[in-house]
Amino acid sequence: MSGHSTYNPTNPVMKWLDDRLPMPRLMYDSFVSYPVPRNLNYWYTFGGILMIMLVSQIITGVVLVMHYTPDTSMAFDSIEHIRRNVNYGNILQKWHAVGASFFFIAVYIHIARGMYYGSYKAPREILWMLGVVIFLVMMATGFMGYVLPWGQMSFWGAKVITNLFSAVPFFGEPIVTWLWGGFSVDNATLQRFFSLHYLLPFVLVGVVILHVWALHVTGQTNPTGVEVKSGQDTLPFTPYATVKDAFALCVFFLFFCAFVFYAPDYLGHSINYQEANPLSTPAHIVPEWYYLPFYAILRAIPDKLLGVVAMFGSILIWFALPWLDTSKVRSAAYRPIYKQLFWILMIVFFGLGVVGANPPEGWWITAGQILTFYYFAHFLVLLPLVGLLETPKPLPSSISDAVLASNGAKAPAAQPAE
Amino acid sequence: MSTADAHDANRRDFLYIATGAVGAVGAASVAIPLIDQMNPSADVLALASIEVNLEPIEEGQSITVTWRGNPVIIRHRTAKEIEEAKATPVSDLPDGLARNANLAENAPATDENRVVDGKEQYLVQMGVCTHLGCVPIGNEGDYDGWFCPCHGSHYDSAGRIRKGPAPENLHVPQYTYVSDTQIKIG
Ligand code: HEM
Ligand code: FES
Repeated sequence: MSGHSTYNPTNPVMKWLDDRLPMPRLMYDSFVSYPVPRNLNYWYTFGGILMIMLVSQIITGVVLVMHYTPDTSMAFDSIEHIRRNVNYGNILQKWHAVGASFFFIAVYIHIARGMYYGSYKAPREILWMLGVVIFLVMMATGFMGYVLPWGQMSFWGAKVITNLFSAVPFFGEPIVTWLWGGFSVDNATLQRFFSLHYLLPFVLVGVVILHVWALHVTGQTNPTGVEVKSGQDTLPFTPYATVKDAFALCVFFLFFCAFVFYAPDYLGHSINYQEANPLSTPAHIVPEWYYLPFYAILRAIPDKLLGVVAMFGSILIWFALPWLDTSKVRSAAYRPIYKQLFWILMIVFFGLGVVGANPPEGWWITAGQILTFYYFAHFLVLLPLVGLLETPKPLPSSISDAVLASNGAKAPAAQPAE
Repeated sequence: MSTADAHDANRRDFLYIATGAVGAVGAASVAIPLIDQMNPSADVLALASIEVNLEPIEEGQSITVTWRGNPVIIRHRTAKEIEEAKATPVSDLPDGLARNANLAENAPATDENRVVDGKEQYLVQMGVCTHLGCVPIGNEGDYDGWFCPCHGSHYDSAGRIRKGPAPENLHVPQYTYVSDTQIKIG
């Protein structure tokens, strides 16, 4: 899709700059004239929303650091200081904390969109895999950020998660001591987490640039899953996609602001307003909501090492998704069985989240095990098989055909699957 | 490259290998300090040992002290708890090793090996769940011992893992009796 550049600056300054460093040209080709499929729906706006969220987290984060102190004796109080004394501090602190949650809401929708429309299939494997890398870095960043307020949940979450590495055979203990810089989570741990929490968002910026670069090489998919065939199938990014993305962003921020202003603590845990106490674990320690499904998988397996392997495996398996899905048809809209499996997977993933939030007792354990089993079966057994067995619905011959058909202007020109 | 400078090519090969070798040594010598700085610093390693007086601990009572940033649980066990721990055959235990830093590594997890001879009422152990490090809660769980709230590990009255995801018995730290009622941990 990276066709010929149509950038033709009239402004002499821009022309002068473009002849020396074609930055304006890059921006114009990427965000103005860039052709996008004309039938993109609102599920395709979350990539843009994610970019804004990343910028928002970086700006609020940099500002918070101007008032925060990464020392076990002062960290907790310095957050309270921000919330009570710093001008607008209570909004800025909540904007960052609630922002993390909304960043994850957006990324989960974005990933689910990719799974529904088969965005990971050739030729977009690298684009997808960069996305998985982004998700892993996001998880690490969120985890380390949550440790910084040094509340009870911060401390015990950090201890449990870093202890996951003690499951590594032979080197487990030395690795954990190395991560902590001591014999327990302590000041050394807090300071290195602070350093890395500041660093990783900028790493994210780098990977996101690669992600968008890969996207602009292959072009976007669209709800039909049929590739762009002619200029008729596309519209220029500006104004069409720009306005759609901006509108979606406004609606998203409406919800975001509602939480920031009226329910800033709803997505967190009240116990984190107690300062960290290394001598007493709260009765129910649970990670932030966005880690719950993976936490449930960890606990579903009664063996320490295998539990850790399953937890990491449940994300790493996404790297293999382009090859596990054997169907040639991209979009679930044309795959009757896969479409149902997709929704079942969504319910299972949500169910895992509910299990992760509950204490590991009684039938919650069984439920977690059944859901974990299904989760892996979906990727390792069902996806490869369904691709071979399912009869897809006839695909439209092109995007513009599909668009015209849904407008009732013309009957769809049916065509067998690619 | 022309065929005439075979001699030069040899010199160049040598330079490649020599430069590569220096580069590799250089990279390693930069990597070591960068990685090792994250290990415990001298002040953390130097944390002294602590002494604890056991006298005030009544039968059936536990206290928690901090050693190297971690909780150490000291329990004055009841006769019933000792009885139960002794009655459990080692073959019933998920972890058959004593995990006692004062004994050989392969010592079996009998109740005797978890305490000091003649002081079997005092159980001294790390309050660090061997699963993922939470502090187990006393007088809880199915085995008259400890229960870890994080992922549901049950320890018995000798601190040995009985049920749940934890792989090992609670570790017994290095300690000695400096007097009849005083111990030194570390
Ligand atoms: C900081 C996080 C992320 C940002 C800023 C981001 C940004 C974007 C943007 C701007 C787009 C194009 C617009 C759209 O299709 O929504 C896009 C597309 C895409 N993203 Fe992401 N993304 C992020 C995370 C992820 C993750 C975690 C995954 C998958 C695990 C992923 C997979 C994809 C795929 C496969 C596409 C192509 C969609 C298609 O054309 O069908 N992205 N991303
Ligand atoms: S940390 Fe104790 S059971 Fe997991």
